[in-house]
Amino acid sequence: MSFLRNTLNKIKPHFLKGGRLEKLYPAYDAFETFLFVPNHTTSTKCHVRDSIDLKRTMGTVILALIPCLIFGCYNIGYQYYLQFDPSYINQNFSSFLNLFLYGLMKVFPMIVVSYGVGLSIEFAFAVFRKHPVNEGYLVTGMLIPLIFPIDCPLWIVALSVIFAVIIGKEVFGGTGMNILNPALLARGFAFFAYPTKLSGDKVWVSEGYTDSISGETALGELATLVKDGVTNDYQETVLSNFSSDGAYSLLNSFLGFIPGSIGETSVVAVLIGAAILLITGLGSWRIMSSALVGGFFMASIFYFWNANGFMSLNPIHQLCIGGFMFAVVFMATDPVSAAQTNKGKIIYGFLCGFLGIMIRVFNPAYPEGIMLAILFMNVMAPLIDHYVVEASIKRRMSRVKI
Amino acid sequence: MEVKISKGKNISLKGEAKKVVVEFSSKTYSFKPTNFHGLKPKLSVKVGDSVLAGDSLFFDKDFEKINFVSSVSGKVEKIIRGEKRKLLEIVISSNAKNRYKKYNVSGHSKFNIEKLKNLFFESGLWSLIKQRPFDSVADPIKSPKSIFISCFDSSPLAPDYDFMLSGKEKEFQKGIDVISLLCDGKIHLNIDGDSNSRFFQKIEGVQLNKFYGPHPAGNVGVQIHHVDPINKGDIVWILKPQALVTIGHFFLKGMYVNDKMFAVTGSEIKKPKYFKSFQGVNISDFLKGNLTSGKKRFISGNVLHGDAIDKDGHVGFFDDQITVIPEGDYYELFGWAMPGLKKYSFSRAFLSSLLPQRKIVLDTNMHGEERAYVVSGQYENVVPMDIFPVQLIKSILVEDIELMEKLGIYEVAPEDFALCEFACTSKMPVQEILRHGLDLVKKECS
Repeated sequence: MSFLRNTLNKIKPHFLKGGRLEKLYPAYDAFETFLFVPNHTTSTKCHVRDSIDLKRTMGTVILALIPCLIFGCYNIGYQYYLQFDPSYINQNFSSFLNLFLYGLMKVFPMIVVSYGVGLSIEFAFAVFRKHPVNEGYLVTGMLIPLIFPIDCPLWIVALSVIFAVIIGKEVFGGTGMNILNPALLARGFAFFAYPTKLSGDKVWVSEGYTDSISGETALGELATLVKDGVTNDYQETVLSNFSSDGAYSLLNSFLGFIPGSIGETSVVAVLIGAAILLITGLGSWRIMSSALVGGFFMASIFYFWNANGFMSLNPIHQLCIGGFMFAVVFMATDPVSAAQTNKGKIIYGFLCGFLGIMIRVFNPAYPEGIMLAILFMNVMAPLIDHYVVEASIKRRMSRVKI
Repeated sequence: MEVKISKGKNISLKGEAKKVVVEFSSKTYSFKPTNFHGLKPKLSVKVGDSVLAGDSLFFDKDFEKINFVSSVSGKVEKIIRGEKRKLLEIVISSNAKNRYKKYNVSGHSKFNIEKLKNLFFESGLWSLIKQRPFDSVADPIKSPKSIFISCFDSSPLAPDYDFMLSGKEKEFQKGIDVISLLCDGKIHLNIDGDSNSRFFQKIEGVQLNKFYGPHPAGNVGVQIHHVDPINKGDIVWILKPQALVTIGHFFLKGMYVNDKMFAVTGSEIKKPKYFKSFQGVNISDFLKGNLTSGKKRFISGNVLHGDAIDKDGHVGFFDDQITVIPEGDYYELFGWAMPGLKKYSFSRAFLSSLLPQRKIVLDTNMHGEERAYVVSGQYENVVPMDIFPVQLIKSILVEDIELMEKLGIYEVAPEDFALCEFACTSKMPVQEILRHGLDLVKKECS
């Protein structure tokens, strides 16, 4: 430790005012504070401080994402082997490990690209604008790979990251100033710019597919039921996949053994993450619970309406497929782009869930409705907050008249 | 009236003062005009002058009748100025025995309000009265709608007023009687519902309010908000309990006696206890031999909204507590990633939250760097008022005075947001920002 400290102390003067590398101070500062919590002491009236800082907060959120990442890696291997050698799966521990390692090999480059590109931009902006490098991207950089399909080309990931960080965040002034959730923006950008690479039945399972098994996501399958002229036979075939022994059975959807974006498939992994966020108090229980209620409410309405095969899915099952749970726990709760008042959070969460299911069922072209719902609600969040705050102002005004 | 408060948090630190009192007198006493926020002081003494206890040291440039007086007799030893010759401190070397300036106060209960006010101005008693909004010396012209006295302090290691005032019932009651002549509204004594103080329940001529809940329940701003909230144009007076004893004493004996009890607290004090002395006391002699080793921070007041003073500094005018905690100027390798068994946090992001609650030692390390706002909901958890703290702070950052008024800036003082500053993940200087906002609004209003 003292070696590290001494080295840092030795090179620090070069980055300080008047030093040769003065302009690169924010970059140096980012590395130094990554290694060491600095020795700054309080200088205002509050002489003691809570131990938490943004690094700890972001670190904890990343920790909460780890179960999704691990399961995601395993599931990629699982889906891959399911295509041609289902018997290999779960033979023994080494096959289990192989599945995981196969997935990790596929996911790792995406993570490297996401962090590499994103952090480079962050550092460049920090140096250019002379402000410290903010920790915000640490979480975004992990979220982005988790919401992309495994066979998405790396250059699309890189391009999406560039778009999200620059247009979504830096033009507004950096972390804390953005209106939209950067990770979702990256996904939205890729979805609309390269639709063929981010939907269909070829991207969700690693390295192609055989005809014998569908590589489509559960939502993709269901979306085919919303068109005109769907025959009863066809509807039954599709829905049979969702029955208890089908590929998208409730159990499979809950555990996560279905095709989908890397980190989103397993409700169990998401719930572990949710537990970490709620126990540490870093994720908003208001947003999570009201979004769940909102989604369940909409799914129930559809269930009783039952106008097509998609609607007939039971509400719990509806919430377990697609990225709904992942988005509710990790995306809707992003404190910067969500509503900030306590009442606002409940309204915001409810509408995220409600609209998410609505878009998914009404518009089969956009199976990941929750993504669009949250982006839309990100834009609406300041408005919700405005009315919540306005109500308090009215209470204060009415007090005067007495 | 009974008020239950659920938001907020008690920070239980190590080093609570034992209920033992010693008499103590220091060689020097000091008076800091900076303790009266927004005051423009003008000196009425120069170095070498002899003063009695009760003699004016400086007065208010905007309202010259208001005197700020010495609590001890002696000689003006030095006058300390800061940048742009700003008056910082007047240091008096005290006589062995205090000699007092005498006043004739007989028949004061029949004085008209002007005469009584003038006596307050002249004698220095006015300096004991603060007002909300703005948390400054009370406006000498406008009359208050009510008076609030918080009879308990809920901040960390706070002194126990019941203990400090015991035996002073007569003076306290007299203080209440006199102050009630200056105000048509009610006088509110706010006590801690859980501890059920006996001292204050005996006081007459007041409305007794009981408050239940964690810090900042003892903050007078929170109490006003729940009992009789301040609207634009309102003025509420606030006094510290020991100030009423000084006022009472004055009208019983005709002398300005600002003797006070102080709690010496904090983890770096070997034997934390109370001592009795005069306002403006120097701490160095008292702390000699009573300190642990290592670098320390000396605070006049408590850890959440006190002023840092030197090791041989003097206690501030309104403070009745000295806190000594370790300095935290150390580096911590991967401090943000460690399990954190010994880290204190309102969040539960450290393993320490799983351990049973103990008395803790906090140092002055920032535990991170200042950032833009990212996390939401933290301030709301520690501000028990119908106020949106983050929105208010942001309205101050953009200097939108109309919005500040709408969001209730008149109801708050920096100390009410002290827990926000403590808890803030982004390490914002919340109290400084709020003070800036109050200054802006005050400037606009005057």
